[in-house]
Amino acid sequence: MMNPSYSLSYRLKKATRLGIRYLLMLALAIFFLFPIIFMLVSSIKTNELQVVRDMSSLNAFVPVGELGFDNYRDALSQDFGHLMFNSVLIMLLTVGIGLLVNSMIAYALSRLRFRGKSFLLTVILALIIIPFEAVAIPLLVMVNQFPWFDGSMSWLDTYHVQIIPFIADAFSIFLFYQFFLNIPRDLEEAALVDGASLFMIFRRVILPLSRPIFATVAILQALASWNRFMWPLMVTRGTDFRPLTVGIQSFFGQDPKLWGDLMAYASMITIPVLIVFLLFQKWFVQSVASTGIKG
Amino acid sequence: MAGKIRRQGLHANETVMAWLFSAPALILLIVFLVAPFLIAIALSFTDQRLIPNPNLPTQFVGLRNYIRLWEDEAFLRGILNNFYFVLVVVPIQTSLALGLAILVNAKIKGMNFFRTVYFAPVVTAMTVIAIVWAFLYNPGEGMINAFLQAISFGQLGPYDWLLNKKLVFPAIMLLSIWQGVGFQMVIYLAGLQEIPVSLYEAAQIDGANTWQQFTKVTLPQLRNTSIFVILSTTILAFKLFDQVQVMTSGGPQNASMTTMVHIVQVGWSQMKVGYASAISIIFFLIVLVVSLVQRFVLPDEEEVR
Repeated sequence: MMNPSYSLSYRLKKATRLGIRYLLMLALAIFFLFPIIFMLVSSIKTNELQVVRDMSSLNAFVPVGELGFDNYRDALSQDFGHLMFNSVLIMLLTVGIGLLVNSMIAYALSRLRFRGKSFLLTVILALIIIPFEAVAIPLLVMVNQFPWFDGSMSWLDTYHVQIIPFIADAFSIFLFYQFFLNIPRDLEEAALVDGASLFMIFRRVILPLSRPIFATVAILQALASWNRFMWPLMVTRGTDFRPLTVGIQSFFGQDPKLWGDLMAYASMITIPVLIVFLLFQKWFVQSVASTGIKG
Repeated sequence: MAGKIRRQGLHANETVMAWLFSAPALILLIVFLVAPFLIAIALSFTDQRLIPNPNLPTQFVGLRNYIRLWEDEAFLRGILNNFYFVLVVVPIQTSLALGLAILVNAKIKGMNFFRTVYFAPVVTAMTVIAIVWAFLYNPGEGMINAFLQAISFGQLGPYDWLLNKKLVFPAIMLLSIWQGVGFQMVIYLAGLQEIPVSLYEAAQIDGANTWQQFTKVTLPQLRNTSIFVILSTTILAFKLFDQVQVMTSGGPQNASMTTMVHIVQVGWSQMKVGYASAISIIFFLIVLVVSLVQRFVLPDEEEVR
C-alpha cells in the first residue's frame, strides 16, 4: 500500500520532529545546568577580578586563566570541615531515628487492632496540614526554656535542638502507613503461628519487605534535613553547632564578597549531594513521585 | 488451631503493644507540633517577648496584635508578595513542569540524561542556589545583565536586579522556578505513565491529531495530578523563605518581603513573639484553606498530602 516516496517523506518528517525535540531538550538542559557549571568553573579560578570579568562572556563556563584550588583552601579555612560534620551528623541522626519512630507508629496503625486507632489515624492525617513554619516561633520560645540532661536550661545552640523536633513527621508516617497496608497479611499470620512476637514480626517480616518505602522516606527526610535553613538560623549562634546552610549564608554576608571563595564553598556543599543523587537517581525520582498522587 | 489461640491471647496486649509502638512518634508530634501550635494561638493574644523582661510582665492584649497587622506595611507587603508569587509562579511552573514531563516521557536515547539534568536543581540546597544566582544577578558585570545586553543589542540593562524595587521579586521568582520545576516534572511524569496507552490508540483511530490527543486525553487524565501540583506549589509559595532571606532579607524597602521572612524578623530578630505568633496563625489559616481545598477537590482523601 505504502509507496516509497510516502514512506521517505514520513521518515523525514519523523526525523525532523526528533531533531527538534533533541534541540529543545538540549536548550533546556543548558538552562538548568548553566548556574551549576558556572559555580563549579568559577570556584577553580583563583583570580578574583577574572572571576567577575569572565561573567560577561562565555569564558564564565570555561576554565581559563589562573586556575587552582586556592578558593577551596580559603573556604576550608571558614570552618567548612566542622560545619560539614555538623550537617552530616544532624542529617544521619534525624533520618535514622525518624525511620524507626515513624515506621513503628505506621505499623501499629496499619496492622494492629486497638482502641483509639481510627482517632489516632485522623489526628496524624490532620497534623500533615500544620506546616512547621507556622509553629517555628512558639517552638523557639519553648526550646529556649527546655532543660537538657547536662543540666543546661536551654536547647539553643545544640545539636539536639536541630534533630529532635524533626524526628517524627506526619507525612512520613502516612507514607509508611500506605505502604504497610498493601503488604499481604499471610506472611505475618504464618509468623504468628510460629510464635513470633509483634516486634519480631515487625523486624523480620515487615522491614525486609519495606525497603522501597524506607528508601523513599530516608531520601525525603535527608534532603529536608540537609537543606534546612530557617530553624538552624534561629537556634544556632556561633559555628559550633551550625550546619552548612547557615554557614554559607553568614560567609555570604561578609563584605567585601569574595566570589571565588563563595563559589568554592557552594561547590563543596553541592558536589557530595550531586554525587549521591547520581548514584541513587532512580530512588530519588521515585521518592519525589511518591509524594504525589496517582492518576 | 494453635494460631487461633495465640491470636486471641495476643489480643489482650495488642492494644498495649500498639500504643507502645505509637508512643515515641506521638509524643514527639505532641511536644513539637501540637503544643507549639496551641501556644501560638495563646501567645497571639499577648505581648510576649522572646526573652521576658522582668520589669515588663507579659500581658493579655486581646485582639491588638491582629488589629495592628493591617497597619503593618511589612505584613501587608509580605502577604501581597505571596499572592503575587502564586499568581505568577504557579501557572508558569506547572505548565513548564508538564511540558518537561511530556518531553522526557519517551523511550529515546539519552532521555535519562535529560531527566537527571532537569531534576538536579531540586537536590541542590536553596541557600547555595540563592548565592549563585545573587552572583549571576550582579548589578554591573553580572551574567544575566550581559546576556540581556547581548540579545537586545545593548538596548536592555544593565539592571540592579536585587536593589530595584520592581525587579527584585521577579528575579527571585525566576530562580525559584528554575529550582522547583524538576520536582513537579517528576510528579507529572509519574502521572503520565499511569495513562493507559489504549486511550491514545483509541484517539488515533478516531483521527485525533497530537494536539487533540493532548487536550482530550492527556489533560483530563492528569486532572488530579494537576490539582495536586497546583495546590502543593501554592502552599510552597506561602512558605517562601530561604532564597529571600539569603538574597535580600525582604528588601529593598520590603519590596521582596514575604510572610515567612516577616515572621522570622518580628519573632526572632525583634523578639516580639506575641506579634509573630499572630502572623503565624494568619499564615496557618491561609495554608489550611489551600489544604482543605485540596482534600475536598481530590477524590481519595488518603492519597493526598
